[in-house]
Amino acid sequence: MNIHEYQAKEIFRSYGVPVPRGGVAFNASEAKSVAENLGGNLWVVKAQIHAGGRGKAGGVKLAKSLDEVEKIAQEMIGMTLVTHQTGPEGKKVEKVYIEEGADIKKEYYLGMVLDRASEMPVMMASTEGGMEIEEVAAKTPEKIIKVAIDPTIGFQGFHGRALAFGLGLSKEEIRPFIKFAQALYNVYMDKDANLIEINPLIKTGSGDFLALDAKMGFDDNALFRHPDISEMRDLSEEDPVEIEASKYGLSYVSLEGNVGCMVNGAGLAMATMDIIKHEGGEPANFLDVGGGANPDTVAKGFELILQNRNVKSIFVNIFGGIVRCDRIANGILQATKKVEVNVPVVVRLDGTNATEAAEILRNANIKNIITATDLADGAKKAVAAARGEL
Amino acid sequence: MSILVNKDTKVIVQGFTGKEGTFHSEQCIAYGTNIVGGVTPGKGGQTHLGRPVFNTVKEAIDATDATVSMIFVPPAFVADAVMEAAEAGIELAVIITEGAPVKDMMYAKMYATKKGMKTIGPNCPGIITAEECKIGIMPGFIFKKGPVGLISKSGTLTYEASNQVVKEGLGITTAVGIGGDPIIGLSYKQLLPMFEADPETKAIVMIGEIGGTLEIEAAKFIEENITKPVIAFIAGQTAPKGKRMGHAGAIISGGQGTAQEKMEALSKAGVYVVESPADIGKTVAKVLGR
Repeated sequence: MNIHEYQAKEIFRSYGVPVPRGGVAFNASEAKSVAENLGGNLWVVKAQIHAGGRGKAGGVKLAKSLDEVEKIAQEMIGMTLVTHQTGPEGKKVEKVYIEEGADIKKEYYLGMVLDRASEMPVMMASTEGGMEIEEVAAKTPEKIIKVAIDPTIGFQGFHGRALAFGLGLSKEEIRPFIKFAQALYNVYMDKDANLIEINPLIKTGSGDFLALDAKMGFDDNALFRHPDISEMRDLSEEDPVEIEASKYGLSYVSLEGNVGCMVNGAGLAMATMDIIKHEGGEPANFLDVGGGANPDTVAKGFELILQNRNVKSIFVNIFGGIVRCDRIANGILQATKKVEVNVPVVVRLDGTNATEAAEILRNANIKNIITATDLADGAKKAVAAARGEL
Repeated sequence: MSILVNKDTKVIVQGFTGKEGTFHSEQCIAYGTNIVGGVTPGKGGQTHLGRPVFNTVKEAIDATDATVSMIFVPPAFVADAVMEAAEAGIELAVIITEGAPVKDMMYAKMYATKKGMKTIGPNCPGIITAEECKIGIMPGFIFKKGPVGLISKSGTLTYEASNQVVKEGLGITTAVGIGGDPIIGLSYKQLLPMFEADPETKAIVMIGEIGGTLEIEAAKFIEENITKPVIAFIAGQTAPKGKRMGHAGAIISGGQGTAQEKMEALSKAGVYVVESPADIGKTVAKVLGR
């Protein structure tokens, strides 16, 4: 689960990770009064969406007067922001964060993530703050300093020094930097984060370190012990079809093609998309109905797939293990009564009770249903059906 | 022959009396797995599925000499269960539980490693030695005995692959579902040499997925250490790039973990990489000259 910058900064504050003063606003007049309360004569208005690259897309703007804060907030709230991380459809801005202007002397990058190779959290720092960090990693990997932190000893001084010296910090800067990094490590571990990024981390004119931006993501499996984090979930940032699917234990991602897919298991679902492409078609979606597929979930699956008007055929590919194929076959029959399925459905059922399942489908004699003998046969037929060749 | 488990392996089940634990233990017993008991704290002294129930893993080992534990404990408590198994002297823990917090598994695996306990999973179908011993949730009948070792990140794709291999008139020595969570136990790199050393295994099928770098590491390892033919499929060639919030994941892996990257690395290492998931069985048959 991901959260907004303003929420991440709240968490940072409570752990002693220094951030500029600021507040969230849902409309322009609120934005003005937040700025007024902050005082000063320079503010930053920042669009709150779950994606990076906001600055370039016009989602971060400086204001030199309270009226300007109001005007920028007015323009920003309601606009659709398209960045390299939002996809072409972009994301609608529903709130802005107003922050006091900072005295930036130098910008850095600081991040934390789980390193699957060492199986430990790793902290990464770079002097190339404010830049596209992915580009830095690709072109000049030596400019990123990585330190793996064994959680059984926790964050130690030597971890901090390795980062600080790597960044070329001066003697006076090392102590405040290590304090900052230590606090960040505590946030990451305590909150079961799976990602923290601060880009940029800034050094101010008075030598302090401040998190000017903050991105945080969390391990979904650990949310049960963080009700405070769960409450920060913003459903408006998520795809409504995916939310609907998850209510039924289904995992759905919509794609560009015209062959709908319904599969059990994520690996087989991806492999099904691959074979459709291999046979010259394009998958319309990823849909994993999970291990507990039953008539209701199958019906829901059809409903979700058919919401996409591009779908010209559906490939049901189920390998029955614990799930019995005859139950799935009955589920398909029931689903076709509940949902109007007006495109050809190619069904490949293999594994437990596959023979019985084939019998059920044959006897039902539904004109839209085409049975397939194996994975390749099913993919070929589904692609042909989408082209109107079956 | 086989790897890790066979008909003589003594298995206990942690989370034995729960709904999932009960259902799958029954299936395993029916397959022929030598389940000698189970652990459910507070239910020690009872009998379940005709086997004794113990309060602790230590008691279970003392009474049964079990060396392997199959774990069905709910996600919030699974790390505790894994560490208890390690402390008590279990040699291999097969963790079926889905939804374990990553941080918990990080600590649990570190402790298991320290105690010399191997782990498989979490969030995996388990391990099966065909027609001898099933420790997990896979449908046993698909796995017929034969010369092929199987290592897979994905559950249903494991069944698909085994089914294809069997349809070619071949079969499986041992199949291991390693799971796809960020922290997992035994992976390609540890399992490949086991299959290399197993005289019955003549070819190895590995099934990977997008994300992470395990397959890339495996490719390097295969090139240097494995003489038996390896056939690989990587799922997710057509998966679109997810909308990510940040870049840290990509930076740390030093690449994107795409299917393309992995397929190229494996091809270079001399692995038979199949593009279509329908060609796994055929390719194995061809490589083995059938």
